[in-house]
Amino acid sequence: MSRATLLALQILVAVIGIVLWQVLTTVPLFGKILLPPFFFSNPFDVFSQIVKWFSTGVIWKHLGITLAESILAFVIGSVGGVLVGFWFARQPLVAAVFDPYVKMVNALPRVVLAPIFALWLGLGIWSKVALGVTLVFFIVFFNVYQGVKEVSRTVLDNGRMLGMSERQLMQHVYWPSALSWMFSSLHTSVGFAVVGAVVGEYLGSAAGLGYLIQQAEGIFDVAGVFAGMFVLSAFVILIDFGVTLVERRLLVWRPTAADGRG
Amino acid sequence: MTPTAVALEDAKVAFRLGDGRVYTAVEQAHLTVDQGEFVAIVGPTGCGKSTLLNVAAGLLKPAAGSVRIFDRPLAGLNRDAGYLFQADALFPWKTALDNVAIGLEIKGTPRAEALPRAQKWLTSVGLGAFGGRYPHMLSGGQRKRVALAQVLIRDPKILLMDEPFGPLDAQTRQVMGNLLLDLWNADRKAVLFVTHDLEEAIALADRVVIMSAGPSSRIIGDWRVSLPRPRDIFEVRLDKEFHALHREIWSVLKDEVMKGYAQSTNAAEAV
Ligand SMILES: Nc1ncnc2c1ncn2[C@@H]1O[C@H](COP(=O)(O)OP(=O)(O)OP(=O)(O)O)[C@@H](O)[C@H]1O
Ligand SMILES: [Mg+2]
Repeated sequence: MSRATLLALQILVAVIGIVLWQVLTTVPLFGKILLPPFFFSNPFDVFSQIVKWFSTGVIWKHLGITLAESILAFVIGSVGGVLVGFWFARQPLVAAVFDPYVKMVNALPRVVLAPIFALWLGLGIWSKVALGVTLVFFIVFFNVYQGVKEVSRTVLDNGRMLGMSERQLMQHVYWPSALSWMFSSLHTSVGFAVVGAVVGEYLGSAAGLGYLIQQAEGIFDVAGVFAGMFVLSAFVILIDFGVTLVERRLLVWRPTAADGRG
Repeated sequence: MTPTAVALEDAKVAFRLGDGRVYTAVEQAHLTVDQGEFVAIVGPTGCGKSTLLNVAAGLLKPAAGSVRIFDRPLAGLNRDAGYLFQADALFPWKTALDNVAIGLEIKGTPRAEALPRAQKWLTSVGLGAFGGRYPHMLSGGQRKRVALAQVLIRDPKILLMDEPFGPLDAQTRQVMGNLLLDLWNADRKAVLFVTHDLEEAIALADRVVIMSAGPSSRIIGDWRVSLPRPRDIFEVRLDKEFHALHREIWSVLKDEVMKGYAQSTNAAEAV
């Protein structure tokens, strides 16, 4: 299928969805409106809400806050995950000792940590960053750990035979392997950084997209909730696009599925 | 007298299996490679050819016996050897050119100096135009040639090669064989070359060593190949002496191949 046809079909789905939404919330079918506007709002109201946010400029502040929290959570979580992942992979004893605790903490649904972080770090951005970090850290940690452990025995031996020192093995073998595993989970970890930020805001804050949605919900402004969700989706898609660009740049050496080789 | 580059004396290699049993792969292996000599090891699959190379490389410690490199006992890795592995060993995150250059960069050669030399080596293995490709974009044979350049750029005194032409078709093997002989003729390193192809072994080597089927595989034959050099692999196969030698070695090898095959099937059934 050509790109143009695909794009046309994709747009068609959006148009049908919006039209259905508009019709079902405004035109009575069989004497009854199927989706009561009080609960489902309608595309027009949602769209005007979004336009209002952008025209008055209030949205930028919230977007900025959420973006800042996501970035901080991603960077801190990644750096921590890489360091601890490396450390555990190179020190099997440490890994064995901490293994049950790592599993325990990772099994914990992070939402329950939000009130604790709010208590410890206040209602500002840092409690949201902390929540995002707990999500990002484990994804990166597990991937880096795996990446270091799964380095091909032959590639490692080859490095040794070529005369690499332990430090050079780090630089030329372990590090690229760990990074490639980390980057393969880049979409997930960036996504979770945003989730942490938004959930944290939703549970208690004074700014950010999560806050915006929570506020609208508090006064039964369904249009506001939907508008917040759309802005959030667009925000995540944009970030994801950025990640794809970075990934293409950094993982050029990896065979893609389309190559048909492992 | 020419010095001995590699000497395995009564080497024995054993592996501890997962269930606590010990598997003796190779026993009483006696093998020498003189400086400038090209020795080929032939044996049935699973007999311990790769294992012997690993011992010579210092990646495996023999359970008994000794390893001497240029008349000095080997401790740790064999720093005089370049090793062409049986499995893919290129760094998948480096381009072909970087894969070759790394051998120099490790020794501290500045990158600006290493790259042109790597390019020269790529050209001499016939891949001058492929420097920018990553390993997954190369064919199996091209990857082997990059690996060869990667090893040769370091100019090791000893070359250990484990079925370097393994995944290639018969014609390409011969082309690669000639390429290898040309490169080797330039400076005559000591070569320990593993193959399962007896014709290839005779065509390339000064000596052909035959291993018996495992377990506890031994070296059961050692033939000198006195075909004149420089050789051309295509032509040397038509030589009368080549045929006589081939028939003689094959009569010994044939039984081992059958034994090795039977043993590996039995072992598989027992599991
Ligand atoms: N790490 C290991 N643990 C246990 N057994 C091993 C190990 N490595 C090799 N072996 C066994 O030692 C024997 C020799 O293995 P080796 O890889 O040297 O065979 P080979 O002659 O190179 O075979 P091929 O021609 O198929 O490459 C085999 O039976 C193999 O199963
Ligand atoms: Mg082998």
